[in-house]
Formats: sequence, C-alpha cells, structure tokens
Amino acid sequence: MRVPYSWLREYCDPGIDPEQLAERLAMTGTEVERVGYVGPPSPEGFVIGRVMSAEPHPDADRLRVCQVDTGDGERTVVCGAPNVAAGQTVAVALPGATMPGGQRIGEAKLRGVRSAGMICSAAELGLGESPEGILVLAEDGSGAPYPPMAGEKRTGSLEPGTPLDEVLPLSGAVLELEVTPNRVDCFGVYGVAREVHAISGAPLAQEPWLEDAPAEGDGEVGDYASVTVGVPELCPRFTARVFTGVKIGPSPTWLQARLAAAGQRPINNVVDITNYAMLLTAQPLHAFDLDKVPDGVLTVRAAAEGEKMTTLDEVERTFDAETVLVCDRNGPSGVAGIMGGQVSEVSAETTSVLLEVANWNGTNILRTSRLLSLRSEASSRFEKQLHPELCMRAQRIASRLLVELCGAKLVPGTIDVAAGAPSAPTIALREARVEGLLGMPISRADQKDYLERLGFGVAESGAGLEVSVPPDRHHDVTREVDLIEEVGRVHGLDENLPSTLPAVAGRVGGLTGEQRLRRRAEDAMRDLGFDEIVGWSFTDPGEPTRLRIPLDDPRATQVVIDNPLSEDQSAMRTTVLGSLLDATKRNLAHGASSVALYESARVYLPQGPMGRNVKSFLTFRPIGPLAGDFVGERGACCFERHRVGAVAVGSLVPGSWRGDGVAGDFFALKGVLEALAGQLGVTLGIEAAEQPFLHPGRSAAVRVGEDVAGWIGELHPLVARAWDIEAAAAFEVELAALVAAARAGEEIYEDVTTFPAVHRDLAVVVPEEVPAAELRRLVLVGGGELLQGAEVFDLYEGDQVGEGRKSLALRLEFRAPDRTLTDEEVAARRAAIEAELEKIGGALRG
Amino acid sequence: MLDRIEEIRSEAAGAISAAPDSAALEELRVRFLGRKAELTAILRGIAELPPEERGPVGSTANGARVELEALIEERGAALNASELEAGLAADRVDVTLPGSPPRPVGHLHLITRTTRLIEDTMIGLGYRVMEGPEVEHDYYNFTALNHPPGHPARMLQDTFYIQSDPEALLRTHTSPVQVRSMEAQPPPIFMIAPGKVYRRDSDATHSPMFHQVEGLAIGEGITLADLQGTLDEMLRAIFGGERKARMRPHFFPFTEPSVEFDVSCFQCEGSGALPGGERCNLCKGIGWIEVGGAGMVDPNVLGFVESNGYDPERVQGFAFGMGVERIAMLRHGVPDLRRFFDNDVRVLEQFS
Repeated sequence: MRVPYSWLREYCDPGIDPEQLAERLAMTGTEVERVGYVGPPSPEGFVIGRVMSAEPHPDADRLRVCQVDTGDGERTVVCGAPNVAAGQTVAVALPGATMPGGQRIGEAKLRGVRSAGMICSAAELGLGESPEGILVLAEDGSGAPYPPMAGEKRTGSLEPGTPLDEVLPLSGAVLELEVTPNRVDCFGVYGVAREVHAISGAPLAQEPWLEDAPAEGDGEVGDYASVTVGVPELCPRFTARVFTGVKIGPSPTWLQARLAAAGQRPINNVVDITNYAMLLTAQPLHAFDLDKVPDGVLTVRAAAEGEKMTTLDEVERTFDAETVLVCDRNGPSGVAGIMGGQVSEVSAETTSVLLEVANWNGTNILRTSRLLSLRSEASSRFEKQLHPELCMRAQRIASRLLVELCGAKLVPGTIDVAAGAPSAPTIALREARVEGLLGMPISRADQKDYLERLGFGVAESGAGLEVSVPPDRHHDVTREVDLIEEVGRVHGLDENLPSTLPAVAGRVGGLTGEQRLRRRAEDAMRDLGFDEIVGWSFTDPGEPTRLRIPLDDPRATQVVIDNPLSEDQSAMRTTVLGSLLDATKRNLAHGASSVALYESARVYLPQGPMGRNVKSFLTFRPIGPLAGDFVGERGACCFERHRVGAVAVGSLVPGSWRGDGVAGDFFALKGVLEALAGQLGVTLGIEAAEQPFLHPGRSAAVRVGEDVAGWIGELHPLVARAWDIEAAAAFEVELAALVAAARAGEEIYEDVTTFPAVHRDLAVVVPEEVPAAELRRLVLVGGGELLQGAEVFDLYEGDQVGEGRKSLALRLEFRAPDRTLTDEEVAARRAAIEAELEKIGGALRG
Repeated sequence: MLDRIEEIRSEAAGAISAAPDSAALEELRVRFLGRKAELTAILRGIAELPPEERGPVGSTANGARVELEALIEERGAALNASELEAGLAADRVDVTLPGSPPRPVGHLHLITRTTRLIEDTMIGLGYRVMEGPEVEHDYYNFTALNHPPGHPARMLQDTFYIQSDPEALLRTHTSPVQVRSMEAQPPPIFMIAPGKVYRRDSDATHSPMFHQVEGLAIGEGITLADLQGTLDEMLRAIFGGERKARMRPHFFPFTEPSVEFDVSCFQCEGSGALPGGERCNLCKGIGWIEVGGAGMVDPNVLGFVESNGYDPERVQGFAFGMGVERIAMLRHGVPDLRRFFDNDVRVLEQFS
C-alpha cells in the first residue's frame, strides 16, 4: 500500500518527517518497506508561469519560442510541445531546478535561441500523464480547475511566480506500507490516518465520507437500474447508484498526481474516481457504462461450469461453478470483486454511469482469484473480508467527485441489496488481564484512550472495559486477546516492555539419547575426514532410473509434488545417494581431485502398499523421529527415514613422497563405516549383497543384528558415468537402526588388569570361497568364552597353499576373568577351533 | 705370588681404561678374567697352595677380580653411551621434507553448526528438542495454527502440495511441531523444533528449501515480557554478549499479540553508522537486523489441544521462529542463501 504523505497529512498530520513516522509505524505494527519520493527531489525552482506569446522557432519546425511571465518578469523559454499556446498557465522549471531523474535545468541555447528554463509536462514532473504535451494548468488566467479538497493546505493560486508546490503536490514522500492481512483498514488512506492518530496522538480530521453529493438527477434510481442477488451468502451487500450527464475526460492534475504517487495509472476521470475512493476508504468500486447494460438490469449469480468472459485486461477467462459473476441480461459483465468485463466498460462515449459498490465473501474471492491466477487491487482487498458497512462510505466519496469533476448528476436513491450486516457484539476487556498477558502494566485510562483513538467504542464496566468494534476492524478484533494486542502495541513495546524469563520451575532441558547419538554419528563422520553436505530433499522423477533402481523397488516410487517450481525439484528423494553424487560431480567439476562427503538427513518413502513393505533396503522397524515416527495424534503422511550416507572419490588420505595414500575404495569405506558404528557402540555385519547402483562384486548389505540397515559398495560404472564420475565408493545406512542398537554410553566395567591375556597367532587354510567373516565366526565358536578377540591380519593366496585355497592369519586373544590361563587350556581351545574349521574343509597351517 | 697378582691387576686396569671400543673391552675381559686367564688360574689353584698362603693369596686375587669386573662394567657403559651417540649422529634425516599427511578432518555443514548453537543455547534455558515430519498434514501446518481453510493468511506462504493427497503438503514452517508436541505432552512445555521447511519461492533471498528453529513455552503466567527476556538471552548467545532484542508488533495467525524480532546490529553496535561515518551496510543504517517472528500463542491454537490441559484461561505462553540460514549468513557473512546448498567443499571447508 503506497500512501502519499501529503494525502495522509490531510487527515492526520503527526508533525514529524516521513522517515520518523515510518520508524514509529514500524514499532507499532505497520511495517514500512521504504519511504519513496515522487517528483523532483526538491520543489525549489518550480513556479507557475503564464505563456504571454508562443512564436515558431526561426530554425526548427517543431520548437516554439515562448515569452513566459514567471512573476520576476518575462523570460524566453524554448518549448517543443505541440500544445503550447499563448494565455496558458503552465508549470516552469527555472534554471537551477532539479528534475525527478536528477537532471539540472540550466540556461541553454536551443538552435541558436537562448532558453531560460523549461515548460514541464505532467510526466516530467512525475505527476501522471499528459499525452498532449505540456501540463496546462489553465487555458487562461482565470479560475483554478483543481480546487483543493477539504482540509488541503494548498492555496491553489495561479499567479505567475507562485511556487508550484502551492498548486500541485510536488516532490512528495510516499510511505510504502507492508500492511498485514488482518489490517484491512490500513488498505485505505483514512484508515492509515487513524492509525497515525492512534500512535501519535495528533488530531484526526473528520471522516471524509460523512458528506454526500446532492442528488439532482431526474427521476429515481429504480427508473434506470435494478439488481438481483442470487447468492446472498457470497454477496452480503450490493449497492448501486446512477449518474447521468457524465463527461468523460482526463482527471484534473491533482487527482492524477495523487493516483500516480499511490501507484495507480490515471485512465479517465470516472475510473480514476473509483480508484481514488478505493484508496481512501479501502472499499473497491466498479463503474459500468449504464447504456451498455440492457435495461440496467444486473444479476449476481454463480457461474455455470465452463462459462467464459473477457475481462478488462483483454484475456478470455473460463469459470467454475463457484465463481461469482455480475451479469447483465446477455451474460457475464464482470467477475465479482476481481475484475470487470469489456462489455460495459466505461469509454470516452459514456454519458451514464452505474456505480457498483458491493461486499463479497473473502474466502470465495481468494479462491477464485487463485483459480484464475488473477489478482487485482480490488480482489486483494476483498479477499481479506471487508465489512458491508464500508459500501456507502465509498459511494458518498465517489458521488461527490463524480458530480464535482465529471459534471455528473446523481440520480436520487441508492439500490441496496443487503443480506444484513454481521452483528457487532461488545468484548469485555479485563484490566488485570492486560498485564497478565503482556507482563507490563497499562492503566485502565490508557487502555481506554488507546482503544478510542483506534476508533473503538469504550465503556467502563466492573473490572474493566466494554469495547465495541468498528466495522473496519470487525474481522480482526473478535476477542479479549485481540484488544490486548491493540492496547499493548499503541502503548509501545520498545520503550515499556520489561525483559524477564519464565518463572515456571522444575524444567530440565537436554537432548534425548537418540539426538545425542545422531550428533555423535555426524561428529564421527567429520572426524573420519568427511565434509557434511546439505542436499536438496527434492529431486527429479528420473533419479531412480539414473540409479538403475527397478520399478518394483520401493525406492522407485517417490512422493510427488503437485505444484513444483521445476521438473528438477518435483519429487522427494528416496535415497541420499543422488544428492551425494550431485555434490561430488559439482566438486570434481571445480577441480577437486579427491572428494569425501557425507549427509545426515531424511529420505521420503510413500505410504501405501509399496511404502509399507520396504523390503530391499530395510527390514528394521525401530521407533522415534529418526525412523519417521513422530509425536502427535496424526501420524506422518509418508515414511521419513533419517539416513547417513557417504561417498568417496580418489584418496581418503592423500599420498606423499613416502608413498601412496589411502584410496577411497570398498575397504576404505568399510573401515569408515565400521568406525562410525564403533563410535555408537554398534557391531555391524557386512555380507555380500547386490544393489542396482553398485558394482555387483564389490557391494554388501549392512546388517545390525538380524536386520538389514543399509548398503555399502563401489559404484556401478554405468551409474558413475551418469554423474561423470570415474569411480566412487559409497554407503547409506538407516541411522535409527544404528541408534537402536547403540550401546555407547552404557558400557559396564570389565576387569582387564588382574589376569593377563594370552595372545596366539593362527594361520588357517580354507577353500577360497569361504568368507573371512564365516571363518572368523567358526574360530569364535571353537574358541568359546575364553576367546575374547580374533582379528584377521593377513591374507595369502598362492603356491604354498595350493589352487582354490587361501590362507588367513588371525590374531587371537584369550582371557579368563578369574585366573591366569595355562598353556593346556589354550591348547585345548586351539584344538576345538581346529575341529570347527575341519567342518568347512579348513586346516591350521604350520 | 702376591706381586704377580698386583702386576696383573695393574696391567689389566690400565688396559681396561684405555680400551677404545666395546669389542676391545670384551677381548680384555676374556684375557684377564676368562677361563684361561692367569688370574682365573690362580684362583682355581688356591687349594693347592700351602695353608698359610691360601688366605692372603685368595683374598688378594679375589679382590683383583672384583675390581676388574667393576672396571669393565664401568668402561663398558661409557663406551656404549658414546657409541650410541656416534651411531645416532650418523643417522640423520632431511627434516625439511614434508610431514606425512594425516587422515584429513572433515567439516560439519554451517547449517548443522548453527542449528546446534541454537539448540545448545535453548537447552541451557531448559528446553527440549522436538522433531516433526516435513511432509505434513494440512491440519498441523495450517488449520490447527489458526489458518482456517480459505484464510488469506495461507497465501502468505506459498505452499508445495503433495500429488494425490490433498491433505498433505511440505511444511512451510516448523510451527506444526508446536501442536504435535502439545498433543503429546501436557503443560508446562518448553521445546524447540529445528528442521527443514519448504516454500514455493526461489531467488537470492528465497530458497524453496531452508531451515528454521521453532520455540514454544507454555505454562501458567508466561508473558510477552518473558518472550522478550528469552529472545534477549538467545540472541546474546548467538550474536555476542552486548546484543539486545527488539520486538515490533506484527501479524501471524497463530500468535496474538504477534511480533517480529530484531537483534541490535553487531557491526555498528546499533548506531546505524560505521566508525568512518558511512551508513552501516549490514543493518542498512537502521541499527537493527530482523531475525524472526514470535508472539503469544493464540488461544485458538491452544483450543486445538485443550483436552490435553491447554485451557487458554489457565495456561499461556509464547512461540518464536527464525531462519537458520539467515542467522548463519549474519554470523559468518555469507552473502547468498544459495551458497548453503551448493555444497562446494571450497566453501564447506572454510567453517570448522
């Protein structure tokens, strides 16, 4: 909402500069985006002039050499406008004046003739439009065609030499307000004036709509027009007046200037007046050319599904059955509350006007406006729900201006189809409740004063006030708490509100165990050398295909966004691998040779049969937010799973002059994953299993106990190629599964100091297809409870063990909690291990 | 015999102290104290001496042996030490070669770090951390936050909707977690809810995905002044000890009264001007920087959870929300919201 400061000051002048007012408004609830200026930066050097003569330029067909009286004598001014003529009263920029664009006027020779100033057009002054050329303030020296409105401070004198800003609003400040949607009153200049009155205490001028125009037209409104409202719940009020003898033309300069400053393009006097009345009262209006409404019969009804009409912006619109139309006998002539139609548009030939001022259901207007993707000054006000009371305010303002400025005659009577105004209950405001909610005392007298300034009716009553709400605030202020807000903000939070802390005792803050472990997992990945990324939750529908995920895999079914910004961001990801690869690709493109990234974030799996049977990835069903299990009576709309994923390209530890670094291959990532699990106190099982996007020979399932909690592997070359990556290793695990199994923080003391451990190395020859994990499992079985650890530390394949066999070396640690082990005991365990190994064709070596 | 022992002792002592290295010392040990040494032979032959000689010869020879053994040991230790030093001196490396690279340490994302900073601050004030879904019910995102269907306030946040489920959307704020938490826990409640949120908007100052932290405090007698005090504490923890919070009345459907809150500018100390006199570019000369929105929880919102003890006549409290990226941008001078989601390691690795 752009509010020209000069216009505002007609109703309430706070006596401070606009920047100070902006600050005060911001601190009481009305954000001021900025204070702008229209017109020249200063009114200095702009005066009234009278053209005494206008002769053709000797050397230029289009230029005239004018003698202009500017009060200080006559001066020569060269003018290029076609409409300049002797006798006109004009606006002159004297040498030294600065134009709105910053250009300084100086004396200059134009084709050999010295020119001491410039005769200005309205556009050059930032005052709207004057297509004919210069702004002609009067064709002769008599009279002032733009009398100041009531309360205006301009003199309107047209004596040559009079400063131009006595006549026109030059170099005006404009407050650009960001009005919150609850404050429909501040979508009108008078409402803003009342707000300024409330927060500054400066006097408020009388409401401008109290006085009506004289009704001097022939007959009675019913002779000209009739209105039927078929949908009273969507059109609570429809008022109409008729004007005859209307002379269409440009609006006077002051009106054009005001509209231009408020951001509205001047069109013609009738349309400008409807806009002016709207900007003043917040109530939109619509003017019909009455002669184009057959018999003046208007009907308000719901559209038929698929019904069409061309709106004023020359677009053919198609409606649904909830759209409300204003129709004449031949069909639609306007979309209610949003935009008129072309059929009955006011034009240069118009002589009779039907002025509609109606009230519409805001929810319906908002809906239709969204459906049609059509927002207008009118709809943006109606959608916030105006009060029916406002209709007649706008009718009276517009009527007076139509009579004054368009020579119109108001036909007696007003058509008023009203479903009845909403009731206006009073609200009790308990004095003590104000301090109880705000935490600062405000006296009852102050409460009353603030509310009255805001236009509320206030009466004393028992322990507080009985407050009645003005129509402008009807939908915003409905409860005691709303009144407390009004009282508090006018009283001033910045100066008066103390800073205290809640006195509620006995609360302990903290992270849950799950949240602590999540942080620990993220810290572990950082400490293991990985940079954390934050990837988009969105992806494109093609991502599963790029990852070679088959259609029957749950990860191929995405949660799809109905109204995405772009195809690239139209679905929710089902894996964090895509984001990690996207980031890897970008970093490689920037010249990185090695990349180690991780992400700790959610994926989104749809509900329904597919989502509920997430097989290939996850069998685990832990609870808690990491598993997508959130507080609240209504569950989640889809499965949101918290994943930790990582990708490595190149070396994890850089090489140096001493040798190669650690390549980011399967085993490097496996080491990282096991270290991550170790930080959480979890032991993982890693066993060969394929994933569509992984190298089939270098991929594994990650198990926590019996449950599959993720995958690890080297990227399938075709997938790597899709991201322009040569080779990469990656993993993705369900954090909830790890956290559920985590024992970190729950450790129990174990005596490792009293009795020594016995270490033995063991070389075992087994068929080459036996996995190391299986071998280790059997060693542990054979070792029994005395065997505390068994780690593979060497692998040998070659001549010494024979074709099809391999030798693995393990380091064993035996320990008993209650005694020092004897050689015989250890030898017995070794024999038992040997017996276990024989079952799989294994043998001890050496 | 006694003279001979003294001769041997004297000769050996001289040779031991002059031994040039441990190999020579070992030869001397064999020569003077070995099995075939003369002194050893004397000691072995004592039994065959006349009885009156056995005593003096035995004690003299034994004394010589003990003395020589001690001398050898002493000389040996001295020779070992100097030989070690000589060996070490010969074993030199070029200390100017580069050190072996350790496993690099990674970095938390700036959003994670900033979120944790806010979490830890609020935990210190007695809050717990709650989480909610990002694909959310319309009910929690709007209806239960006092945005009835068709309400124009819904237009304030351009919303992503989910296909084939008219009741599902991407949450536009973390506020739905307020209602979920109140459903689960009766008052008093002090919670914050960090997380991703989504709005249908994309340019240098708007990202379709960003992060917020929500705060909620409900109990008996919690006031707007308590909100201001809490914001003061929080903003000081985030932006430094001298900062102040400022609240400006505003409108949000789910709070009444509603405010936006600012922090005093930490570049110009709230003056709006830099030491040189030019306008502060961070706060644009205002002296204050907008941080987030807040207010007293609207009784209508409490009405949705009244059955769990949230009677608006008995309990009241405040809620606040703010953008994590915005705070990170302010704290670390990040100029463009989009840099957070580029995941460029050259940027990620600036923040450790």
